[in-house]
Amino acid sequence: MTAITRTYQVPGNDFARAGEASGHIKRILKELGFSPEMIRRVAITTYEAEINMVIHAGGGTVTATISPQAVAVVFEDHGPGIPDLELAMQAGWSTAPQNIRDLGFGAGMGLPNIQKYSDVFEIKTAVGQGTTLSVTIFAEGKEPI
Amino acid sequence: MKIAEIATLLETGAPLGRIQGDRDLTTAYAGDMLSDVLALGGQPDVLLTGLVNPQVIRTAEMLDTACVVFLRGKAPTEQILSLAESCGVCVLTTGKEMYEACGLLYGAGLRPAQ
Repeated sequence: MTAITRTYQVPGNDFARAGEASGHIKRILKELGFSPEMIRRVAITTYEAEINMVIHAGGGTVTATISPQAVAVVFEDHGPGIPDLELAMQAGWSTAPQNIRDLGFGAGMGLPNIQKYSDVFEIKTAVGQGTTLSVTIFAEGKEPI
Repeated sequence: MKIAEIATLLETGAPLGRIQGDRDLTTAYAGDMLSDVLALGGQPDVLLTGLVNPQVIRTAEMLDTACVVFLRGKAPTEQILSLAESCGVCVLTTGKEMYEACGLLYGAGLRPAQ
């Protein structure tokens, strides 16, 4: 199998459609026969990042590159950026408003979870310009969850 | 434990969405914070929640959760049921609240997802 790439446009503040990109990526991985542990790690990572994009950034672009060895996903938005990345990486810290918490999100676990379940985690952010999050999950990566 | 047994214990209506064959269910998670169940990282076969929105089904899809139980008599919308059908998630609704529902399922052998 050669690497395949899929790109998704994620609309902002649309909670009926949030998760569509992650669901599609997950179905591709299932069809390709990746292990359940690998698929779950990718699913949690991409879903958390997609939800973040919908909540905080007004949407953005998700690009997934899938090879037998790894799944690399880039989340790019042109939202407000993250003013204090160190704070945002702390478990339990969140800026999500009450209406988002009412949906079951905003526990401040998004970025820590993404880092926890990915093998490579890189985030570039600038206030007023946006955020680019790049993650890679290797087929033979972290311990199974 | 099968979905039919959960339906009997919790006195639910008929299963909606899509039942995944004869899958045996052994673990569960209960809560109203989807972030928390994602943070758990495990794979609950059953998710019990008082939340009723499409993201409950999406979360179940991501975690390979076979069955979502909506508590306290909350009814899912057609949109939620349609999503459950396409994601392969079974939906049950019960009038019971979380504490009682968890107690009944734990007593019948369903264990916490780790």
